[in-house]
Amino acid sequence: MGVLQLIVSGLANGCVYGLIAMGFVLIYKATEAVNFAQGDFMMLGAFICLGLTNPQFMGLPFWVSVPIAIAIMGAFGYALDLVVLRRMFGQSQIAIVILTIALGFVLRFAAGVIWGHEPVSLVTPMAGKNVHFGGLVLGASEVAVIVVTVVLTGLLYLYFNRTRLGVAMQASSQNQLAAYYMGIPVKRIHSLIWALSGMTAAVAGILFASKGSIDPSIGLLGIKAFAAAVIGGFGSLPGALLGGIIVGLIEPFSGRYMPSGYSQIMPYLLLFLILIFRPHGILAQVHAKKV
Amino acid sequence: MNMTAPTAAPAPAARADAKAILSIRNLESYYGPIMAIRGASLDVREGQIVTVLGANGAGKTTLLKTISGVMDPEKGQVFYAGQNIAGANPDKVVRLGMVHVPEGREVFPLLTVEENLKMGAFTRSDTDGIARDEQMVYGYFPILAERRKQAAGTLSGGQQQMLAIGRGLMAKPKIMLLDEPSLGLSPLLVKEIFQIVRRLNKEQGVTIVLVEQNAKVALEVADYGYVMELGRIVMADTADRLLASKDVQEFYLGVVEETQRGQKRWKQKKTWR
Repeated sequence: MGVLQLIVSGLANGCVYGLIAMGFVLIYKATEAVNFAQGDFMMLGAFICLGLTNPQFMGLPFWVSVPIAIAIMGAFGYALDLVVLRRMFGQSQIAIVILTIALGFVLRFAAGVIWGHEPVSLVTPMAGKNVHFGGLVLGASEVAVIVVTVVLTGLLYLYFNRTRLGVAMQASSQNQLAAYYMGIPVKRIHSLIWALSGMTAAVAGILFASKGSIDPSIGLLGIKAFAAAVIGGFGSLPGALLGGIIVGLIEPFSGRYMPSGYSQIMPYLLLFLILIFRPHGILAQVHAKKV
Repeated sequence: MNMTAPTAAPAPAARADAKAILSIRNLESYYGPIMAIRGASLDVREGQIVTVLGANGAGKTTLLKTISGVMDPEKGQVFYAGQNIAGANPDKVVRLGMVHVPEGREVFPLLTVEENLKMGAFTRSDTDGIARDEQMVYGYFPILAERRKQAAGTLSGGQQQMLAIGRGLMAKPKIMLLDEPSLGLSPLLVKEIFQIVRRLNKEQGVTIVLVEQNAKVALEVADYGYVMELGRIVMADTADRLLASKDVQEFYLGVVEETQRGQKRWKQKKTWR
C-alpha cells in the first residue's frame, strides 16, 4: 500500500471520527453537557440503515433507507431531549454524564438483541468498487466518506451562519440567558441540537458501515472521537473535524512505521501532549464564558 | 428618617389606573426560600418613562425579570394590555411587545453586530419591517452601523450597551424594560445613552421602565418614579417631586443639608429597616 492510499484510508477513518466528534461538540456547545452515548448514536444509525437495507432484514433500496435512518436518528435525538434530558435541567453535570454512559450501554445491548452481536456488513452500491484516480486505485467507499463529510461540513457551516434558526442556535450557546430574554425558545433549540447531533451521528454510522463490517460494540469508537474532539478544541466544530482527521491519519501511519500495537496508543499519546501543551485544543475559541 | 412611614404614596393597587399599559398587583417572587419581591404594585402609563430606584438588593432586577417572564412570580398579577401575563414565557411576552434589556449588556459575543440585531427580531417574521428597524437602530446608534460586521464581544462597554438597547428595539416593543443601562459607563456615555433613551420614548413612542442605581440621571429623564426597598415599593411620585424630596435627596442623591452635618457625624449609624 502506497503512502497515498494510506493517507486516503486514514482520511476516511478520520472523517468518521470527525463527524462523531462534531456531534459531541454540537451538544456540548449548546447545552454544556457531554453526550457519552454519541458513539452509540453512530452505531444505532448504522444499524437502522443496515436493518432497512440488507436483504435478510427489510431489503429496501439503499438510497431510500439512508434518509429514513437519518430522520429516525433525528427524531430519536429530539425525543431523548424532550422526554429525558429536559427533566434533568438544573441537575449536576455528572448526573447527565452518567445518564448518557448508561444510555450507551442500553443502546449497545438493544442493538445486539435486534440485529445480533456478529459482525455484519451494510450492502451499499459502493461496496467492493474502486475509483481510478490518475494512476491511483482508491476504494469507492473511502472516497464517498470523504466527499460526504466535506459536503456535510459545508451544509452545517451554511446552516449555522446563514439561517435564522442556525444563528439562534449559536446565539443560545453563546449566551443562553440573553437568548431567553430575546424570546428565543431555548428549550426547543436544545432539542433541535440533539436532533441535529443524532442526524450527524447517523451519517457517520452509515459512512463507517459502508467501509467494512459492523457490530454493536463499534459505539466504543466514540471514545476515540471524544479524544479527537479534545485534540481539536472542545467547543469548535472545525476543530472537531480537524482532530478527527489527525487521529484518523495517525493510526495507519503509526501502524506502518512503528512496532505493532502502537497505533492504538498514539491517538491518546497525542491527547496527553495536547492537554499538557495546549489544554484548550488546537482550534479553541478563546473567550471566557460569563457565568 | 423612616422611609416606610407616611411619605409612601397610597398603594397604587387602590386606584386602578385605566390608562396604564402595564399594571403590577401584589407581586411576590422568590429565589428559592428567599423572598425577593414582597408584594409590589405599580402602574406604567403608555408613553411614559417610569423609573424604579433603589439600593443594591432592593429587588429591582428581580422585579423586571418577573415582569418579563424570565422568573415566575409566586403570587400576584402582571397586567399588560389588559391581559394577565404572570408566569408566561419570555417568547410569548416578547411577541406581545414587551422586551427586557438585561443588566450587564449580555450581547452574543461571537456573533456580529448585525447578527445580534437580527436575533433581537427572532420572534418576528416580517422581513421588510426587520430591515427597516435595523436601519432605524443604525440611525440612533451610528457607531453600530460602522461596526456592523464586527464580533459584538470586541465592542467597548458603551457600544455593547447601545447594541443591547438596539437589539431590544429590533423586537418592535411597545414597552421596554431597561435594567441599569449606566452600569460601568463613563458619565459622558451615560448622558449620551439617556438622551437616546429619551428620544426613543418621544420619537418611537416606546414606553420605558428604567431600573437604575444612578438616581439623579434616571429622575431627570423619567416622568414618574418608584422607590424600592427590600422588595417593597416605599415611595411613588412624579419624577420632579421625587427629585425634590428630602428622603430621596439624602438616600439616593447624596445631598446633605449644611446645618445637619455636625449632628449627622455623631449618629451616622442608620438602620434601613
